[in-house]
Amino acid sequence: MTDKKRKTIKWAEEPKIGFAEAIYLPAIVEGLKTTLRHAFEPRKTKQYPEEKPDLPLNYRGLHRLNRDDEGRVKCVACYLCQTACPANCITIVAAQPPSDDPHWAGRDKFPASFEIDELRCIYCGMCEEACPVDAIELTSIYDLTGMSRDEMIFDKEKLLSVFDKTVGGDKDPIRTHHGALGPASEIDLRTAQVAPPPPGHGRPG
Amino acid sequence: MASPMNSPGVPSGLGENVLLTKLDDVANWARANSLWPMPFATACCGIELMATASSRFDLSRFGAEVMRFTPRQCDLMIVAGRVVMKMLPVLQRIWLQMPEPKWCISMGACACSGGVFDTYAVVQGVDRFLPVDIYVPGCPPRPEQLIQAVLDLQSRIKSGGTFTGKEFSLRILPEGPPRFEPDEIQRFQDRNELDLKRPTYTPEH
Repeated sequence: MTDKKRKTIKWAEEPKIGFAEAIYLPAIVEGLKTTLRHAFEPRKTKQYPEEKPDLPLNYRGLHRLNRDDEGRVKCVACYLCQTACPANCITIVAAQPPSDDPHWAGRDKFPASFEIDELRCIYCGMCEEACPVDAIELTSIYDLTGMSRDEMIFDKEKLLSVFDKTVGGDKDPIRTHHGALGPASEIDLRTAQVAPPPPGHGRPG
Repeated sequence: MASPMNSPGVPSGLGENVLLTKLDDVANWARANSLWPMPFATACCGIELMATASSRFDLSRFGAEVMRFTPRQCDLMIVAGRVVMKMLPVLQRIWLQMPEPKWCISMGACACSGGVFDTYAVVQGVDRFLPVDIYVPGCPPRPEQLIQAVLDLQSRIKSGGTFTGKEFSLRILPEGPPRFEPDEIQRFQDRNELDLKRPTYTPEH
């Protein structure tokens, strides 16, 4: 190696260890301080089955099929959710109600069968974004598990019973078609004051 | 139910000192409260699985925190994430290496049904090849949902388990491709002078 090259090399000096560092006591005290701080902090663990998580109102959990004012299924079987679904988990069979049935007065089409494969669903919420009549919504039910594949295919009655279970609760879904992002983005979720829907939009009733 | 300790012929006071229980119940109690998971985490559900085991959700409150990375020490397979056809022999071999009694949780949409990956390469549900006990939908499921699955599995073990493990013979055998190549089994038999029979699938179970 030439002298010129030797000059360009920068040699790093080893750090000098003083007496305090050499006996390692300050480092041990520093570590014990961290340990003690964590020992007296409030506990971080959520005691789940007793303590339920505080989920935001726009959490996307289990689906529900909404009912209209007369208790009928609100869905008009337009197949938009089935088309929008990226996982192809929704299967709808549309039917025409009998014209002389007063129960279906004013309705041209209704879903004879509406099935969602909850195991295939990825809970992206595109179905409720696609729905033109706000018939399908994602609730805050987060702890769904199943013992078999068959019980996880939710049919129309099961989805309507989810609506009956969740409607009017404090975790009622709040997504509507109003605005660019919807009122869910505009309210303060900590105070959770749900604004009334604008006329002609949104929630049933 | 009257305790057998209170029946005539038993000395009085003995019932306070002797605890009678069934061997099945003891086995179930031990099995349900010491589930050692085998994390087969192949995708983003694995991140949620790690969160479940960490201090905020703390799966160790239910005795199921000892993630072992060798299948021979595990009794709960958690399939978290999508399994491709190329990975499936590995999954099957790991499952066969786990000692009985063993259970399986299929976590997430991909493991349960393939999810959005409806392709030739992705297994459309690991229950086609493994006997799955609990299905956990979601993409990915919340840690609370996985805790709920573990609780469901515990109640299932406690309700139906036996000391001798009779219920495991009622399980459906894996229905997938053969576990080994046929000539590999033949070579194994010739080398060890064994007369092994291939497992058969009996449809009445």
